[in-house]
Amino acid sequence: MMILSGDPPRSRVLSALLIVIVALLALAPFLFPGAKPLNVATKICVFAALVASYDLLLGYTGTVSFAHTMFYGIGSYGIAIALYTLGPTWTAVGAGLACGLPLAVLLALAIGLFSLRVQAIFFAMITLAVASAFLVLASQLSGLTGGEDGRSFQLPELLRPGTVFAKGVFGITVSGRTLTYYIVFVGAAAMILALLRVVNSPFGRVLQAIRENRFRAEALGYRTVFHLTLANCIAALVAAFAGALNALWLRYAGPDTSLAFSIMLDILLMVVIGGMGTIYGAIIGAVIFILAQNYLQALMGLASSAAADAGLPLLPGLLHPDRWLLWLGLLFIASVYFFPTGVVGRLRGAARQ
Amino acid sequence: MDGRVKPGHDDGEAERVEIILRQRPMTLSLETRDLTIRFGGHVAVNGVSCSFRPGELTAIVGPNGAGKTTYFNLISGQLTASTGEVWLAGRNITAMSAPLRTRAGLGRAFQLTNLFPNLSVEENVRLAVQAAAGVHYDMLRPWMRRTDLIARADAILDGVALGARRRVAATALSHGDQRKLEVALMMALEPKVFMFDEPTAGMSVDEVPVVLDLIARLKQDPTKIILLVEHKMDVVRSLADRIIVLHNGQLVADGKPAEVIASPVVQEAYLGVARGKTAA
Ligand SMILES: Nc1ncnc2c1ncn2[C@@H]1O[C@H](COP(=O)(O)OP(=O)(O)OP(=O)(O)O)[C@@H](O)[C@H]1O
Ligand SMILES: [Mg+2]
Repeated sequence: MMILSGDPPRSRVLSALLIVIVALLALAPFLFPGAKPLNVATKICVFAALVASYDLLLGYTGTVSFAHTMFYGIGSYGIAIALYTLGPTWTAVGAGLACGLPLAVLLALAIGLFSLRVQAIFFAMITLAVASAFLVLASQLSGLTGGEDGRSFQLPELLRPGTVFAKGVFGITVSGRTLTYYIVFVGAAAMILALLRVVNSPFGRVLQAIRENRFRAEALGYRTVFHLTLANCIAALVAAFAGALNALWLRYAGPDTSLAFSIMLDILLMVVIGGMGTIYGAIIGAVIFILAQNYLQALMGLASSAAADAGLPLLPGLLHPDRWLLWLGLLFIASVYFFPTGVVGRLRGAARQ
Repeated sequence: MDGRVKPGHDDGEAERVEIILRQRPMTLSLETRDLTIRFGGHVAVNGVSCSFRPGELTAIVGPNGAGKTTYFNLISGQLTASTGEVWLAGRNITAMSAPLRTRAGLGRAFQLTNLFPNLSVEENVRLAVQAAAGVHYDMLRPWMRRTDLIARADAILDGVALGARRRVAATALSHGDQRKLEVALMMALEPKVFMFDEPTAGMSVDEVPVVLDLIARLKQDPTKIILLVEHKMDVVRSLADRIIVLHNGQLVADGKPAEVIASPVVQEAYLGVARGKTAA
């Protein structure tokens, strides 16, 4: 990663953490062959890229956008609609990308040029409005999008679970599913590396300058509206591609999995937990958040019964699996309170001392 | 423009004029014509017409609130004039945005320090060097490979005696060092017109010479226009080739330093107030 961008993680703990995460994700189909763990691993890959692209906007330029799930959704629906209408072929996958990605970029361009000239709050409002309109549109145009039900579709032969390439490789069956996972993994990794490259380029430095003092950046000769719009387009492109990968994995696109505002909140939390303005933070944030979302309940079940067995008062009730959302909330509040600069910011701070 | 070249009737002539203009850096000129800006009912700059020549350092003086900073903002594009025009090198730049005016050669150091607070000192200067090199949208090469830009930034930092502080965040600098960094950002832009807005205000006595020496060195270059807003009369006397006086947004005096300082209008309009201020 450092070779490509000249921006090392700048903390030994962080480097070690990232190496472990990447290694585990790279070997996930072999290490965790179950359906659920692989779903979780895929979600981590997709969200790491999605959150990294949001970090480009929020962390580097200081711009708040609510339209990120819209771009994510455009990518998802692009794939879903293309494969649904054209049938399960690679041409359809190509067509889905060829429609979805440019649409996302053009929309980002229009929103950016229209609203990034003025105060940041105006941009936030516009993105909120456009994203809401898009959500309504997606459920209204049910002939195209499948409405609330979304669109399920078939994948090309190669990617189907039934397609078996090899049996008994380190004890697992290498199937179309495995291939799909690696497409997602490689796609996400490529996007994150590209984003790292962008933020460490001369262009990326200007983005930080705009975040710090837009007035001064203008006075230095940077026409900031173009930088911001360009960043918005790049973020939209990555988000749409992440959406496309997610749709391929799920074989489905619908409002709940790709457009809902709850996803927007998840993205925000992951950026903040991981550490804004670092890109690496997106990976850490996605891992923590998605693991907690998927395994906290089970963990609490174990802890609760352990506490009950040990005869401790109160604890079994507090740790009851039904209360997991409460604990999830507390976990987030605590992490934001104790690590205001995110996990990455904290680790880098510790490394400097 | 000095009037030697007159626009012709046919395109061929116009093109030749263009070429002549481009070949003659000495035609650099900066001029404001009837420049005026109103904030509500208040006229902060009122019909100021003045032209500035290369190789000349013009000091702009006047009491607090006279409109000096506003005049600068109108020239460098942070504010747009209500009426009147700004001309740079024969071009009307009145409607141009601030970034484009900077690219056209107007350099500005702000009165109220205006930096990238959480970026390091060297990052601040590198951003200005990068802008001067015209590297705006390059996103494929890592910054660290632009050793040419990095070296230039380092040289500029050494020029304002900030080399030792390069890794510190701008916000952590002392007030005097921040003022120096402010000047360094303008130097890094390599402008044709330098606009200093009270560059030494609030600096400690031992820090002032660094900035004054720098301005004096700039003065050696006969192709540059230098504008300096300054309250300290000894500084003005030692550096200025010409003084203009603003009072209530109007240009009330313009001439050689000795004449202007001695003129009754200045004694009354400016120096009286300035003395009051030093006494306070
Ligand atoms: N954006 C603005 N909106 C309203 N009034 C303004 C604005 N900018 C400046 N003014 C007013 O214009 C007048 C001139 O201000 P300016 O800052 O140009 O004075 P100055 O000569 O630079 O003073 P100083 O010596 O204190 O720096 C002041 O009365 C100020 O209040
Ligand atoms: Mg002023």
